[in-house]
Amino acid sequence: MKDTDIKRLLYTHLLCIFSIILSICIPSFFLENFSILETHLTWLCICSVFVTAVNLVLYLIVKPNASSKRSSISYKVTRFLKCCIYFLMSCFFFHVIFVLYGAPLIELVLETFLFAVILSTFTTVPCLCLLGPNIKAWLRVFSRNGVTSIWENSLQITTISSFIGTWLGAFPIPLDWERPWQIYLFIHERHTERQRHRQREKHRREPDVGLDR
Amino acid sequence: MRLGSGAFAACCVVIEVLGVALFLRGFFPAPVRSSSRAEQRAEPAAPEPSAGASSNWTKLPPPLFKKVVIMLIDGLRDDFVFGSKGVKFMPYTTYLVEKGASHSFVAEAKLPTVTMPRIKALMTGSLPGFIDVVRNLNSPELLEDNVITQAKAAGKRIIFYGDETWVKLFPKHFVEYDGTTSFFVSDYTEVDDNVTRHLDKVLKRGDWDMLILHYLGLDHIGHVSGPSSPLIGHKLREMDSILMKIHTSLLSEERETLVPNLLVLCGDHGMSETGGHGASSMEELNTALILISSAFERKPGDIRRPKHVQQTDLAATLAIGLGLPIPGNSVGSLLFPTVEGRPVREQLRFLHLNAVQLSKLLQENVPSYEKEPGFEQFKMSERLHGNWIRLYLEENNSEVLFNLGAKVRRQYLDALRTLSLSLSRQVAQYDIYSMLVGTVVVLEVLSLLLLSIPEALSNKAELEVPLWSPVFSLLFYLTLLVLSALHVIVCTSAESSCYFCGLSWLTAGGVMVLVSALLCAVVSALAKTFGDGKFLSKNPAHPKPRWSELDVLILLGTMGHVLSLGASSFIEEEHQTWYFLINTLCLALCHEIYRNCLLRDDSEPQQCPHVEEEFIRTAAALQDRSTGCDTLEPHGVSRSLTSLDTLRGYEKWMVLASPWVILTCCRLLRSLNQTGVQWAHRPDLGHWLTSSDHKAELSVLTALSLIVIFALVQRKCSLTSKVALALGLLGVYCYRAAIGNVLFPWQRDSKDISKGVIEARFVHVFVLGILFTGTKDLLKSQVIATDVTIKTVGLWEIYSGLVLLAALLFRPHNLPVLVFSLLIQTIMTKFIWKPLRHDAAEITIMHYWFGQAFFYFQGNSNNIATVDISAGFVGLDTYIEVPAVFLTAFATFAGPVLWASHLVSFLSSETSSGSALSHACFCYALICSFPVSAYIILVTSLRYHLFIWSVFSPKLLYEGMHILITAAICVFFTAMDQTNTKA
Repeated sequence: MKDTDIKRLLYTHLLCIFSIILSICIPSFFLENFSILETHLTWLCICSVFVTAVNLVLYLIVKPNASSKRSSISYKVTRFLKCCIYFLMSCFFFHVIFVLYGAPLIELVLETFLFAVILSTFTTVPCLCLLGPNIKAWLRVFSRNGVTSIWENSLQITTISSFIGTWLGAFPIPLDWERPWQIYLFIHERHTERQRHRQREKHRREPDVGLDR
Repeated sequence: MRLGSGAFAACCVVIEVLGVALFLRGFFPAPVRSSSRAEQRAEPAAPEPSAGASSNWTKLPPPLFKKVVIMLIDGLRDDFVFGSKGVKFMPYTTYLVEKGASHSFVAEAKLPTVTMPRIKALMTGSLPGFIDVVRNLNSPELLEDNVITQAKAAGKRIIFYGDETWVKLFPKHFVEYDGTTSFFVSDYTEVDDNVTRHLDKVLKRGDWDMLILHYLGLDHIGHVSGPSSPLIGHKLREMDSILMKIHTSLLSEERETLVPNLLVLCGDHGMSETGGHGASSMEELNTALILISSAFERKPGDIRRPKHVQQTDLAATLAIGLGLPIPGNSVGSLLFPTVEGRPVREQLRFLHLNAVQLSKLLQENVPSYEKEPGFEQFKMSERLHGNWIRLYLEENNSEVLFNLGAKVRRQYLDALRTLSLSLSRQVAQYDIYSMLVGTVVVLEVLSLLLLSIPEALSNKAELEVPLWSPVFSLLFYLTLLVLSALHVIVCTSAESSCYFCGLSWLTAGGVMVLVSALLCAVVSALAKTFGDGKFLSKNPAHPKPRWSELDVLILLGTMGHVLSLGASSFIEEEHQTWYFLINTLCLALCHEIYRNCLLRDDSEPQQCPHVEEEFIRTAAALQDRSTGCDTLEPHGVSRSLTSLDTLRGYEKWMVLASPWVILTCCRLLRSLNQTGVQWAHRPDLGHWLTSSDHKAELSVLTALSLIVIFALVQRKCSLTSKVALALGLLGVYCYRAAIGNVLFPWQRDSKDISKGVIEARFVHVFVLGILFTGTKDLLKSQVIATDVTIKTVGLWEIYSGLVLLAALLFRPHNLPVLVFSLLIQTIMTKFIWKPLRHDAAEITIMHYWFGQAFFYFQGNSNNIATVDISAGFVGLDTYIEVPAVFLTAFATFAGPVLWASHLVSFLSSETSSGSALSHACFCYALICSFPVSAYIILVTSLRYHLFIWSVFSPKLLYEGMHILITAAICVFFTAMDQTNTKA
């Protein structure tokens, strides 16, 4: 049981990383002048869509937790709607936090919001997939010794890694290297795509290695 | 000897201050000068080289100009004259630059771009050291060889009007002068009118040879409203008309005497995009320099681009122009275009004089001067020059002479450039020995502090300081012996001057005793720790302390901040680090609060008995250990569960909301003052408020802030100090209205602006009164020793006195910083620290972080230019050194000081335990000395970094000042702690 779970976990993470890579490669076939640095907004959208899609598909295929007994359509619909609302709320919540961290209020608002969206895709979406719109369960997973299964463990590690990665992403802000990836982002999200991407991948791999042991 | 950990920490910080002072003295060396320059003044001028033939030119050449007028405009950036602003506002100057008989240059100033060092550079041609910035406030007499002194010795009559700094630099040099003080920055008309009013009279009189005018208005406008303000245009136009007046008067005089005069228009430093100066941006470094004289012929259609030259070149040029010897320390080279119109022989003579002076300076400062390329070039040109003179005296073919002359000239110019460059690069050597001794002292103190952490933060808050045993140990004497031997060897062999060697033997011996005693103490502490460590590891009953997320954050944040000091960008943008850290701190607190509240709600139904049991246990434990709260104690859920239970509904909501309120406050403050370097030019609320269009808004904001300050502070005061506080705050508003920052609602017409001395003194009286009441209460609590509340009230009164002083000194747009600081303190006290029961160490570090953040919220940065010197003149008629320095220091470090004093009053009122204050003192000392020690090592290793003067040195000065203030705070802590234990 545990071995199969670990295997599945590994595949899901690999797929996630693969989807991020795809989101860099594929659009360049369809869109002109696509590059991560110049058309970063488009890339952010595409990346978050890809990752969400992969997460949803994986959730439907793998179904890590035994689905609830009641499975009427209306229940599923309300659940789905609730998830959407939670997702939106988390986007706005992150946006507010970024502004509090110093992102400008009016200018670059789209950048800030998309950054909030992508952070939500990496943190909220897996939570919603795995735990459902259940705040109490979230709190349980993210408090000490509250983890019950290996899936929740992986969820905890990836989500916290994402937050730490974002937090550390502010590191190059004050440096005056004048690299292109430093230019367009302000106070908090001087955190760059490339940077974030690297961190994402790094953080995604870490739990896998740890669990495969 | 047993010592309380507070007293121990205070001692450590005081010793550390000594170490840092020694380090600073070594790090900022006295600029290297040519030795015995003053005595050699009578030295004859170098004769013309003549290669065998005897030349009759052995004296100094006669002056080129009869009269010289130097018009120095403070902060005249190059584009104010040569850019679009110059074309628009300075038509006459532009005409002169483009078509008239003039030479224009862009003169590059060196660091620091502050007025006094720049005046020195202009007049001596040397490069003043960085430490001159600190001496800027009370400029002592300039003893170096300079143009003014030479001119006076040559019997020239010099008249000066303008910035008082000149009068202080050159006392008794001027036959007539009128100094204006530059410290009332908000005044930009009167300072200049004071200069101009003499002009008509002086220009008519012919009894002077040199006239110096220093206009301050432009710089003041820059400080108040920045370089893009419309006021700049008016001021430039005014300056243009003054220049025209002087120029026409000089021209009309020339028509009578037929001897050319010289008019110099120059700036001392530029102006950054925010309007300040002191740093090294291009706008601050590049100044305009225009030499105007009818001697400078110009063919029509001859367009000259302003050439880039060094500011130091002016001294040599002036000396040549006036027929004076070139100042001995000058590293500048003659501005050749000024002598281009002279015969070739004279040109070569001037170049030779300059080259001889530079090569002499090089010989005195560089041991291996013969290998310098500049020196070789100079020798070669001198030889060629001699040949040329021989040919000239033999009256050879004029074409050969001309060609050879051109070649010699080119050689000389090359040699001058190379010499000047290698001399400017000859940065004064660091005094490594003093630096090393200072570093050793600081590091030893730090390691002592670090090693005594477990003992100092234990319940008793006392520790055994091994002081006497080391003094009699062998190690101590051996170290002392080795150090003395080293001292003798270093001091006898050192070539460059060394401060530590210059100290008297007794002082140096004292320092060495201190160093070796500290070393022995560290070694014995180390031995003890390891011994204890072995013992503890054998003892399984001792649990490993579990760290909460908050502790991890605090530790990592401190570490990260210290590491970030190694990068110049992080120093420039240090405020970002602190804002980021306190934001994260707030989010971590938020997380802690929510987890406690929500999880408890969740688990209560099932785990009720368990919680109950835990509650009883914790309560019992708290009662047991009423004397101390231990950092090593595991804290977390169990501690806070009980305290949040007791809250009522509305208070609980306030607790939940408080982190967000604090975050919002911080976000607002962040947009009040843009600071740092990279984003300093961005518009912020502070600039918006200070612009003259928004005076009404500023007045309303000021009044509101003062009211809120009163409301927040008066809660815990006694009645007397409440009244005093109210009157004092009223006085603050009157003061601001008197100096014209804000408006009275009933006074629409602008009345005359005064210095507001009476109003400010009125407030000072109340500040002193409140502080006095507080001290009296503290003494009473110590003598009577019955009531803790008296002491609490006394501490709070001292705190409110400091708040009142800060309210007086802060510029009006900064008053919200004070308000938010008080607000955050109140919220944190009520809703976070009390319910969550953080221990003294955590509270101390949070106070420290917020204090640092507020230092930057005030608009400070790690740049000397942001220090608000005007705060030192509040309530003073003239510059008096001690109070001015004190007030400026307080206004600059108000954030950290206010938070620290809040910490004292909070801890002494809050905790039942006696050791909280000593713990806090220890933590404060440790967390302040950690960055300083690390920074000293970093700076030592980065001392040849490109940005050492512009970025690292100002930060070093700030750190030095910070540790001094920390020492004062720690002593205050300890004093409070002593009264506590006695009570």
